Amino acid sequence: MCGTCGCGVAALPGGSAEAAAAGGAPAEIPVRPTRQLGLQRRLLERNDLQAAANRSHFEQHGLLALNLLSAPGSGKTALLEQLAARWPRPPVGVIVGDLATDNDARRLQTAGARAVQIRTGDLCHLEAHLVERAFAQLDAAGMELLVIENVGNLVCPTGFDLGEHLRLAVLSVTEGEDKPLKYPALFRSADAVLLNKIDLAEAVAFRRDEALANLAAIAPAARLFEVSARSGAGLAELIDWLEQQQRQRGLLARAHHHGHGHGHGPAHAHG
Amino acid sequence: MHELALMEELRRLAVQEARAQGARRIHGLQLRVGSQAGVDPEALRLAFAVVMGAADPQGHNRPDDAELWGGPITLDLEVVPTVCFCPDCSQEFRPVDVIHACPSCGSLASRLLRGRELELVGLEVS
Repeated sequence: MCGTCGCGVAALPGGSAEAAAAGGAPAEIPVRPTRQLGLQRRLLERNDLQAAANRSHFEQHGLLALNLLSAPGSGKTALLEQLAARWPRPPVGVIVGDLATDNDARRLQTAGARAVQIRTGDLCHLEAHLVERAFAQLDAAGMELLVIENVGNLVCPTGFDLGEHLRLAVLSVTEGEDKPLKYPALFRSADAVLLNKIDLAEAVAFRRDEALANLAAIAPAARLFEVSARSGAGLAELIDWLEQQQRQRGLLARAHHHGHGHGHGPAHAHG
Repeated sequence: MHELALMEELRRLAVQEARAQGARRIHGLQLRVGSQAGVDPEALRLAFAVVMGAADPQGHNRPDDAELWGGPITLDLEVVPTVCFCPDCSQEFRPVDVIHACPSCGSLASRLLRGRELELVGLEVS
């Protein structure tokens, strides 16, 4: 383009446009007569729209939706097994994302959850449209809690809203006290942090004060629950808090009346 | 490598905008990337090259937007620095590390004003 003002007139090789016009030389074919379009399009806009649609769909079903995030091996699935088994009004619905295998979904079904697996293939995070499709396969009747277990990854899932009401980040005591400092964006986005495997804290010489200070510095507003999927410690407090969240949003009444009148089976068509 | 998913979305948005403006070819894209957006600029560039190279040069699997991507394509990345707002001091500040503490009062209750951007802000077309 014109190097002076970006007007879209091609600069001619070997001299300015004025010089060429004055000399009467034949105009050459413009190399790159381009124009500039000013835009403002967010790369996540499509995901965010789908996430908002998911959220309102979950609310129509009276569901409180959680996005459970952590590194691989921090114990998300074991925690969910316990949550599913202890939730006062089962079943809990689970959408579980993994690169391959449906082992997790089978484990969760054994624990009494209604679980559907998303095999993400090479995708390192879940996106809202994948959750929409997976949710269509769940029978949501009588269900009031939906947990979306994200792919084990502390980076990629951070920016993708799935339609959840709350984000829960899991940090296990075996991972190191400074993980919140290493992955600040994910922990900063969390509404609650579950400090898991506290039954192992002593065995791994976990420095609790240091970990809590790091969490408080990165995510000062997040609720903290110290839990153990093995001993069950802390799970009652977590369940209390989740029920409080349901009440605050007025979700419970809807979950058991199922207001918008469609059963949620595999044949359910989504608009 | 969620950068790939983002660059696929970038390609889709660029094609949509270029067609809406009657452009025949896209020469350059300008992207605004916040430093808290969770993306690595180098990984974005690599992912962009992968997404742009996805079409087979022999014309097999030719994508339906291939006509827009004829020549060399430039990708400009503008990195937006992090800016926070301290509600206690009512002032903006640029955090010096991952802990967004207010430099005046030390409060951690700050809000992120800028730094999460991930936007297509311009297209060079013909």
